Amino acid sequence: MTTRTMQFRIYRYDPDKDERPYMQDISVEVDSTDRKLLDALTKLKAKDETIAYRRSCREGVCGSDAMNINGKNGLACLTELDSLKHPIVLKPLPGLPVIRDLVVDMTQFFKQYHSIKPYLVNNDPPPERERLQTPEEREELNGLYECILCACCSTSCPSFWWNPDKFVGPAGLLAAYRFLADTRDQATSERLDNLEDPYRLFRCHTIMNCVDVCPKGLNPTRAIGKIRDMMVARAV
Amino acid sequence: MSVPILKFDAVVVGAGGAGLRSAIQLSEAGLKTAVLSKVFPTRSHTVAAQGGVAASLGNSEEDHWRWHMYDTVKGSDWLGDQDSIEYMCKKAVEVVVDLEHYGMPFDRIDNGKIYQRPFGGHMSNFGEKPVRRACAAADRTGHAMLHAMYQRNVKANTQFFVEWMALDLILDAEGVVVGVSAMEMETGQIVIFHARAVIFATGGSGRIFAFSTNAFINTGDGLGMAARAGVPLEDMEFWQFHPTGVAGAGVLITEGVRGEGGILRNAKNERFMERYAPNAKDLASRDVVSRAMTTEIKEGRGCGPNKDYVLLDITQLEPEKIMKRLPGIREISIQFAGVDPIKAPIPVVPTAHYQMGGIPTSYDGRVVALGADGGNVVVPGFYAAGECACASVHGANRLGTNSLLDLLVFGKSAGDSALEDLKGGKAHRELPKDAADRARERIDAIDRRRGGVSVHEARQAIARAMQDHAGVFRFADLLHKGVAQILEVEKMVRNLEIKDKSLVWNTARVEALETENLIEVAKATMISAEARKESRGAHVRDDAPDTPEFPNGRNDKEWLKHSLWYREGNRVAYKPVRLKPLTVETVALKTRSY
Repeated sequence: MTTRTMQFRIYRYDPDKDERPYMQDISVEVDSTDRKLLDALTKLKAKDETIAYRRSCREGVCGSDAMNINGKNGLACLTELDSLKHPIVLKPLPGLPVIRDLVVDMTQFFKQYHSIKPYLVNNDPPPERERLQTPEEREELNGLYECILCACCSTSCPSFWWNPDKFVGPAGLLAAYRFLADTRDQATSERLDNLEDPYRLFRCHTIMNCVDVCPKGLNPTRAIGKIRDMMVARAV
Repeated sequence: MSVPILKFDAVVVGAGGAGLRSAIQLSEAGLKTAVLSKVFPTRSHTVAAQGGVAASLGNSEEDHWRWHMYDTVKGSDWLGDQDSIEYMCKKAVEVVVDLEHYGMPFDRIDNGKIYQRPFGGHMSNFGEKPVRRACAAADRTGHAMLHAMYQRNVKANTQFFVEWMALDLILDAEGVVVGVSAMEMETGQIVIFHARAVIFATGGSGRIFAFSTNAFINTGDGLGMAARAGVPLEDMEFWQFHPTGVAGAGVLITEGVRGEGGILRNAKNERFMERYAPNAKDLASRDVVSRAMTTEIKEGRGCGPNKDYVLLDITQLEPEKIMKRLPGIREISIQFAGVDPIKAPIPVVPTAHYQMGGIPTSYDGRVVALGADGGNVVVPGFYAAGECACASVHGANRLGTNSLLDLLVFGKSAGDSALEDLKGGKAHRELPKDAADRARERIDAIDRRRGGVSVHEARQAIARAMQDHAGVFRFADLLHKGVAQILEVEKMVRNLEIKDKSLVWNTARVEALETENLIEVAKATMISAEARKESRGAHVRDDAPDTPEFPNGRNDKEWLKHSLWYREGNRVAYKPVRLKPLTVETVALKTRSY
């Protein structure tokens, strides 16, 4: 089996022993079956077990292993090793407090997600069977419900960096539109009221970093535009 | 050192489908509930389920829960308990409709109802022909379901403890479960959760195998904790190998691909399933298809330079259909097989996928031990649901889409049973003085040890032993050797050493603790498999071949019974299969063919 060497520069910080963060140079041998960055990280961890990062499904659906890879946010499990320039520079997602190494504190990210009331609101007594929805109505949710909450988008957004406590951010706004677009949801005006604010929605300056980094190919900017349209429509 | 104590009515361990479903019952009833999870809830492995959840809604064609029940009993090779199976199949419509009401974005058909597709082993009219029973959200059903249930829990104000690892079950002197010890990963602190009900929903443990569709987190933590507390593990010899894992990567390709018309082909481009299952063909039960594929490869008809995989072909389907119904599969195939399935077939191999066995429960989600008279005795305060539990509805082989159904039905019933048992608001029972000792000692031993074995080494040894000795086909001599080998590997696990001593997000420590759970699952599997001297469902041995006396090698006279493995002394006991359903007639024993 042919092996190749991967050179890494990894952000390291363990508050239990390090006074300040540093970049560690380290390399690892991988073989031909190691196709993704996560495969190399797994080998690296067998060599140095102190490197901390999150990972779970290793197939791009759980959203655990988001990190900053050669300057761009992405999922380690979906990033092709051979596409990366050496040394491969790995840093934690930008803009969130670092807990240790590549593990960030995502409290602020989830707080914003929770702030948009991410659940269906329908106050009618539930029918005995499913609520009906045409295939066309259901199609409106495509490109919205698939979000894996990895935070690649929000942590690549300058508006979120500056105002993580006030601006909902692309992931939260995508989720907000997912419910606004659902014909079964009855909380449209409350949802719009909740975002009618100089920061929560309107801090989006359509820089579109979110679209550029989303590992699922989703488009939060378009969803944000649709929410703005709904705001305008109800104002006139 | 004193350990902080947090008091709750109920503690749910695990925030995948089963845990979240239980938590909905408990939180909406107003109970003070804590849900512990090693990962943020939507990162649990339910998220990776693809094809659908079974329910006889009959939206596209006639269907009945009794047909579903028949298929499930047959799929289980008659090892499933028929009371639990009736309960699950009957409740299916209700729990799927609940999900829809929570907001789950199911695909729809023209009349606005939920879209359903065919799936392996699901037939109409007691085994006649495939029926559309799998309710689907494209090929992201698990993702859509898990998010919808997390969202419902946000609405219900469930209290989550995210990135906390449960360590050990706490029982008092009378054998009543009174809580669980756990570690906060961010700080390394150990805490006791003192509760009147403990629900385990810790998922599977596919990581005992070298090649698995399972996530890194699937390390059988609940099974390890139960085994250490003296609770037996049921039917652990039965492991499902999913026919279509991406060759080399292990990543799952849903059976829904075959439900939508996908065909398996060998190197001669032959649709070989016609020979093994003339009626159901590519939609036969998973154990049947995995064995057929393995036989094709063994007999030299595999594909590729090493002839070590077969092909899953959907090139004959309309590209629009693939984009609409199987978009996630296309993504996975491009990412992990380097193949666009619109243009070329996907290389696939049978891959370890699902543990049919687990912590023994009855259909109400209560954990049961073996009584002196051979009957079930409830372990007070203890409940389990989902893949970590064994109700037992899957018996010797699970049907596709019945796992998502299992976690909904039994997640709900475990929650309801806990509610019922807690009625009247009895006081918490006293914690034993040594409540946190076992957890504390485990961690201290790992931290202090010098010159021991690394976690990586021990895990590889487990995975190799299981992969080499307990695969798709089983051989008496290999199982015998496998038992000796896994007991050797256990010595490595008892000698784990970590170099990382940090208190903060110490993944080495977490993985060491997980390894101590994996080894319990591995021993249970190997020892139960060696002991069962027949072929049934997913457990097929060379010394129990197909004969006129024992069709398919199944021996109902001696082996129509559940295995119960006990950690102490590696003892295996047995208990009868419950052949009597709740209200309908028994599905009578029959030779299984598709």
